[in-house]
Amino acid sequence: MSQTILNDDSLTFAEKIISIKADGGRKFHLAGEIAVLPADMAMAQDSTGPLAIKVFREMGVQKVWDPKRIHLVIDHSFPAPDEKVANLHILIREFAKQQGVRIVEGSISHQHLLENHVVPGMVLFGADSHTCQAGAIGAWQSQASWPSTGEFKKGVYARDIITHFIGIVGEDGGNYKSLEWKGPAVKNLSIASRACISNNSMECGCKLSMFEVDPVTQDYFKAVNRKAMFEVHAGPKARYKEEYGIDLGTLEPQVWGPGNESKVRTAGEVGDAHLDEVFIGSSTNGRYEDLQVVGKILKGHKVMAGTRCIITPASKSVFERAIKDGLAETFLESGAVFTNATCGACVGTHLGVLGENETCLSTSPRNYTGRMGATSSKIYLSSPATAAASALEGHIADPRRYL
Amino acid sequence: MSLPAPSTIIRGRTWVWPDDVNTDIIIPFRFKARTNDPVEMAKYAMYGFDPEFYKKVKPGDLFVAGRNFGGGSSREQAPVAIKYSGVAAVVAESFARIFYRNSFAIGLPALEVPGITKQVKQFDEISVNLQDWSVTTKDGKVYHALKVPEFLRGLMREGGLVEYYKKHKSFPWEGLQATASTTSA
Repeated sequence: MSQTILNDDSLTFAEKIISIKADGGRKFHLAGEIAVLPADMAMAQDSTGPLAIKVFREMGVQKVWDPKRIHLVIDHSFPAPDEKVANLHILIREFAKQQGVRIVEGSISHQHLLENHVVPGMVLFGADSHTCQAGAIGAWQSQASWPSTGEFKKGVYARDIITHFIGIVGEDGGNYKSLEWKGPAVKNLSIASRACISNNSMECGCKLSMFEVDPVTQDYFKAVNRKAMFEVHAGPKARYKEEYGIDLGTLEPQVWGPGNESKVRTAGEVGDAHLDEVFIGSSTNGRYEDLQVVGKILKGHKVMAGTRCIITPASKSVFERAIKDGLAETFLESGAVFTNATCGACVGTHLGVLGENETCLSTSPRNYTGRMGATSSKIYLSSPATAAASALEGHIADPRRYL
Repeated sequence: MSLPAPSTIIRGRTWVWPDDVNTDIIIPFRFKARTNDPVEMAKYAMYGFDPEFYKKVKPGDLFVAGRNFGGGSSREQAPVAIKYSGVAAVVAESFARIFYRNSFAIGLPALEVPGITKQVKQFDEISVNLQDWSVTTKDGKVYHALKVPEFLRGLMREGGLVEYYKKHKSFPWEGLQATASTTSA
């Protein structure tokens, strides 16, 4: 039966994987239904885990479902910035030990799972909104399709695609939908770039943001020595609620802000707002590929006086690689701060909290009021390249003059 | 941490909120990251709009909101903070998907009624019916919320997933097939 579903001409990616998982492939499930799915893997982090553990205990349950398939990740405020957070981390560690579940400290959950555990065909449930990042490799974590064409112009990256897209559909334009990325430009996107897009798709509310398995995915899994559960491909006649086209050949560096109430504009249109802080990192843009671009731009230059530039890798492996290959040295020479792997300044608890009326350009996923600190602070979002160029100038700047 | 299960019909005065009320407005990360106590979380409910909200809200008040209520983070603390502040139900033009799903888990009735913000003003007395999933406004007009399967409405009447499990020692979907129309394959 599952084979019939996989071969179907008219089902989308989301419909296929839900149909296969929900009832063991005995039925088709179409967009608009409520279905109950079993999980292949589950994850919670240090800001959702403690409440889940508390509730788990209140429910009177003794044992978790399958310790090997559960990950508890201490990433949002790691290492603990104060006693209250430290005590919640202790709760997580004790629970992990008692239940024998996997625990990770430091690396951001989504990046850790991408580097080590998720495979195509998997259903992953994560108590973190950006879990949809796993769509980058064809794991599931509903309906629209986004064909993209052309090649990136200089200074334009995956983050610019997704910021541009959110600008088109709005903050709830993807609510409950599955975004399925197609078109000739997809083959030019690395796994890291796909992860950036899938991760940040949450900011238009979508449930899934999928890249089907292709040679790029296959090469990645060969390199990391992991195997797909199975591959799902949308039918050639799949029905989508909406289709949008993005021509990379005309896409410019994008900036969203200040705040989510502002429109998405090009870096040139935003003008020269003074920046107190530039934050480069997070699950959206703290990968090695991102730090490489930042190193290229910062090399031989100094961060503008009056602007602090904080660079935070998404995982321990990204951190180690940046230290070994000299990127860390480039960052420090430019005057930037290079921190341990964590969610960092994105979440407003440590490593770059914004004070009253401060303005920040960030590569983190969201720019909500008060997200990174004071309610009166302002957040703009951009790609790591735009952020690095802006750190050098002390205001929002187009990265192309440094590339 | 349990609160009593809601009555089938909830009457209360309304707080009316705009579109796109996100989870960092409902409870900023920096506060929810530092406590695991729902009563403490409630002190930061709607902090992004009004840090004093928790002093002004009365038990049994209702929320009426615009589109995309609860967008952003997966934090279960968002509906928990609202519930423990005393708010008995949220009616919105639409909900962000994670907030909506979390509301069923923690037992904060969440009803999706397109157009409702045009029918209700701040501090109107309205009622919410958890049996037929409808809202009655001050002038007696009845608005039906977007349908949800009976097992989810029943879940809400019992106070949410956790309370349901404590009582039944099982989950409501166990043994349940997909609920809406399916095409036999």
